Amino acid sequence: MATRQTRTLARFMVAPSVIILFVWMIVPLVLTLWYSLQRYNLLHPDRGGFVWFRNYYFFLTDPDFVQAIGNTLILVVGVLVITVVGGILLALLLDQPVWGQGIVRLLVIAPFFVMPTVSALVWKNMLMHPQYGILAGIWSAFGMRPVAWLTDYPLFSVIVITAWEWLPFATLILLTALQSLDEDQKEASEMDGANFINRFIYIILPHLARAVTVIILIETIFLLGIFAEIFVTTQGGPGSASTNLPYLIYVQALLNYDVGGASAGGVIAVILANIVAIFLIRIVGKNLDA
Amino acid sequence: MAREATIQRKITVTAAAWVVALVIFFPILWTILTSFKSEGDAINLSHFFSTPWTIDSYFEVQSRSDYFHHFFNSVIISIGSTVLALLFSIPAAWSMAFAPTSRTRDLMMWMLSTKMMPAVGVLVPIYLIFKTLGLLDNVWGIMSILMLMNLPIVVWMLYTYFKEIPVDILEAARMDGATLGKELVYVLVPMAVPGIASTMLLNIILAWNEAFWTLNLTTINAAPLTAFIASYSSPEGLFWAKLSAASTLAIAPILVLGWISQRQLVRGLTFGAVK
Repeated sequence: MATRQTRTLARFMVAPSVIILFVWMIVPLVLTLWYSLQRYNLLHPDRGGFVWFRNYYFFLTDPDFVQAIGNTLILVVGVLVITVVGGILLALLLDQPVWGQGIVRLLVIAPFFVMPTVSALVWKNMLMHPQYGILAGIWSAFGMRPVAWLTDYPLFSVIVITAWEWLPFATLILLTALQSLDEDQKEASEMDGANFINRFIYIILPHLARAVTVIILIETIFLLGIFAEIFVTTQGGPGSASTNLPYLIYVQALLNYDVGGASAGGVIAVILANIVAIFLIRIVGKNLDA
Repeated sequence: MAREATIQRKITVTAAAWVVALVIFFPILWTILTSFKSEGDAINLSHFFSTPWTIDSYFEVQSRSDYFHHFFNSVIISIGSTVLALLFSIPAAWSMAFAPTSRTRDLMMWMLSTKMMPAVGVLVPIYLIFKTLGLLDNVWGIMSILMLMNLPIVVWMLYTYFKEIPVDILEAARMDGATLGKELVYVLVPMAVPGIASTMLLNIILAWNEAFWTLNLTTINAAPLTAFIASYSSPEGLFWAKLSAASTLAIAPILVLGWISQRQLVRGLTFGAVK
């Protein structure tokens, strides 16, 4: 069908996007690599020079780095588990006939549209404030001592805030997937006497597999880069208890002005993200072909 | 009998669904309520509903920190970056959907993989380049970064929409004697517009809420609402009413847009994998 002419035209139409994406990816990446091998501190511009892998050595042996990697993983996995499990439960609930279904749906998906800096600030102040927050109010009402969430459980608090932002996303996708489930199949299984648990395990869960895959892919992309939630609430602290990799690199670059060290961290972050990406892209590629 | 049982069941499920929905929505609801309090009453939980309501905070947010300046920055940046991304990606997605080659699939996967690159990996050079070029805290600078950030997603979304336009219909139009121009105006554009519109809507939402580059590359002049709100995170002093008013103003427009587009949201964000 496609003639040579249309093929040339097609190439011509794709080219601009590919070129700017390529430049956007390759130029900063090469620069990051280059800086990562230099001694380069904005506060001491006179002391420069090629230092090979010294920056990597310092970054990798920094105890904060190990903790940041751990925190990054806990953050991603924690939020994924909460949103997928919670999303399935919520989707099952919202799939039932309910009065005011439209409004319920609107209320449930609303957090997804709230900008990260707003949700982080609202949670930090009005909900998690150890003295005046709503949670403190509830705790005291039950005669318990209010918890200082952000200082005593910083990483957990960040996970809760982030999960609140992403739960609606998972719910909405799972609900859409549920609604495409064949009614006949559900009825047939009911006729055959399958109870809810059996139906859930053998019919509903396999049907949701594809949706869950997509949720994991998309959330991982965004969760690996969580920044604003930490920037606004805990500033990575206390100490480095809630510092993830993006935040650690931000501190190195824009607070310590250590361009070399931050670049080494950046390269490491890219490598780690690629390892995750290889797995994910494969799974998604397979799933989207079907 | 059976009918009564279903009604009873519906009542239970409705109650459960509403409770869960209200719990999830609560932080937003509370923000809106707090914005109508004075600073003193905002932190007084035990008398929250008996103290007077006021809209003073809204005026103060505007007069003290020029809310509208940041609001317009958000509008310009999110719409600007989306339109730019569409200009690049409509031709690309179009040709990949209608004249695919053996490499189209790999190209699409490569584009998606650029999204996997963590922003921090390129923060340092981008920051230094922007500093050298004087693009820090510049609307055009942040706009182009957000355009590049979201370009892969826009291409993917458009591709999945275009893919669903049946090619046969073009042939039918041609058989009926339609010229290329007529084909474009009467057949292709009407079929492509809904997909482009929902892609645009979703991308505006993503750009509006983007909070890594906007926090790192803007300070005042080009700062959109994300950065503006972050300036309220100062540890000393409690300005909850003002914070709430600013937050309500920052999320209200996009919340409305989001609610309108929720049907397209799922298929858009999952690249058509879930419909």
